Amino acid sequence: MTADTDATDAGAAATDVTEPGATPTATDTTVTPATSAHPGPDAAAPAARSGRRRRVGGGLAVVPLLAFVALAFGIPALAMLDGAFTVKDPVTGASSYGVANVTASVQGAYLTALIGSVKLSAFSAAIGVVCGLLLAQAVVTSRSRVLREAVLTASGVLANFGGVPLAFAFVATLGNSGFLTRRLDLTDKGWSLYSFSGLTLAYLYFLIPLMVLTITPALEGLRTQWREAARNNGATNAQYWRHVALPVLAPSLLGGFVLLFGSAFAAYATAAAMVGSSIPLVTLQIADALAGNVLVGQENVALALSLDMVLVAGLVMAVYLPLQRRSARWLA
Amino acid sequence: MARLTGRGFGKVRPGRGVVLLCAAVYFLLPLAASVIFTVDVPGQGVNFDVYEQILGAEGFVSSLLLSLELAAATIALVLLLMVPAMVALRLGARRLRPVVEIVCALPLVLPPIAFVAGIATVLKWGPEYFSTTPLFQTFVAVQNPDFPVVLVLAYTVMALPFVYRALDAGLRSIDVPTLVEAARNCGAGWAQALVRAVLPNLRGALLNASFLTLALVLGEFTVAQILKFRPFAVWIVGIGGSEAQMSVAVSVLSLFVTWLLLLAIAAAGGRTPSPTTTEK
Repeated sequence: MTADTDATDAGAAATDVTEPGATPTATDTTVTPATSAHPGPDAAAPAARSGRRRRVGGGLAVVPLLAFVALAFGIPALAMLDGAFTVKDPVTGASSYGVANVTASVQGAYLTALIGSVKLSAFSAAIGVVCGLLLAQAVVTSRSRVLREAVLTASGVLANFGGVPLAFAFVATLGNSGFLTRRLDLTDKGWSLYSFSGLTLAYLYFLIPLMVLTITPALEGLRTQWREAARNNGATNAQYWRHVALPVLAPSLLGGFVLLFGSAFAAYATAAAMVGSSIPLVTLQIADALAGNVLVGQENVALALSLDMVLVAGLVMAVYLPLQRRSARWLA
Repeated sequence: MARLTGRGFGKVRPGRGVVLLCAAVYFLLPLAASVIFTVDVPGQGVNFDVYEQILGAEGFVSSLLLSLELAAATIALVLLLMVPAMVALRLGARRLRPVVEIVCALPLVLPPIAFVAGIATVLKWGPEYFSTTPLFQTFVAVQNPDFPVVLVLAYTVMALPFVYRALDAGLRSIDVPTLVEAARNCGAGWAQALVRAVLPNLRGALLNASFLTLALVLGEFTVAQILKFRPFAVWIVGIGGSEAQMSVAVSVLSLFVTWLLLLAIAAAGGRTPSPTTTEK
């Protein structure tokens, strides 16, 4: 995400634009005596004061947003954290802080689910990276602008909005009585959509477009000069890819992989609508535990599992953001 | 070109065709098969009955209306919160920009299922701790099944990353400080400057943000299902068990409608929705 650097630039530019304009005309309306309470250098008084006045007003406009996030996001997040570490004594009903839930969440069926989720996510993310790279390269090198725009736009849509309808589209296509299943007698050949590979196939429907979106800027950043230079030095196409293009793309590819992993890891709707809970996945386990389907009183284990998920998602972001910044260097 | 490097470059062209063909098959086949699945009834031939039955299906209208109401409320709330804040960031509160950026990216770190686990816990506090206080009424009110405010709050949080990016892209292309200065110099108040000078220039971004939020709310399943409300997506899954064909038909319709809307915005705005992850 290059937003950081861009934002700083834009901010700096905005300063240049505003200050001179603000000084002569806007002072009488924007400067109020109240601002003199802030200490500041006298020389730049009018400009600085009008700037400060606006900053105060600007700060106020941000307050509702921050307050809302604290309420609607902060409280549930803290409740999750609190619940994950709250242990209820089954006999006395007294609750105390402890790590029993967290320990339980990485054992037995829950551990299986975590591993299942990690496996499914890693597997589908790996395929997604390869397919997404191939598709993006095919689109970027194609001279057709229409194709490029169409694929990128469609990718933006597919990557973000799948969920339940996507699951049903796959059920209709490859489910037990799906179109292709009936036509090609896939059930006799051992195919089942409600399996690890079936889910992977469905996940790829939003993972590949996500990869295309992520990797396209990097592919566009590969300069023709590098390819020409490699070629002039006698490199074959394969050598160019191995020694020039892939090393340059490596941060973007890895960044894409973690992003896809995180996306697949967090996916719930597709899996829930498609397979119910026949496949051990951490999101399905959380839903089951919350609903009390398996055992009563597992809510806090669900919260501990959620905490595990947040840790994984946080780790994904922690890996992704630096990689993204690193790859952005080549795109300048 | 191809001659210089020999076979290396020669391979690219057929390779590209194969890749594009595979992609087209993979991405279009499920859609085409879904349509066929809904109109081709085994033993009855091709008919469109199922699409006619949708409107009369039990729960369809009420769940769709609920989703649309939720979407309208979410869009209003998220824009009301985000637009003044984002404009303020461009004007004076630049130092708060990283704070807002991080705050709006936070929902990406909390998967929807983990988020709703937290919400469910908070909602349980109502009867457990607050049953004797006036606050209890609030807990009851936000969970009113006719219009669950709690879903609006959750969806607003989930929409923040999308809306942030859409608005940020829009604001980047206009010079907000100059616009506001100009409006102020013409005697406009702050509210007037915002509504009559800045917002019209943000029309594309606002539209983009609104439709992304709409698509998010219409397709949202996780939060609503865990909290036991019954908007559109939950209804589709609910009927999936008994009437597979209808659930597929509704899915196909909702996919196409959502995509058409989004493609229309993308075409109008000339930019693709940003690669963010939401519910899958």
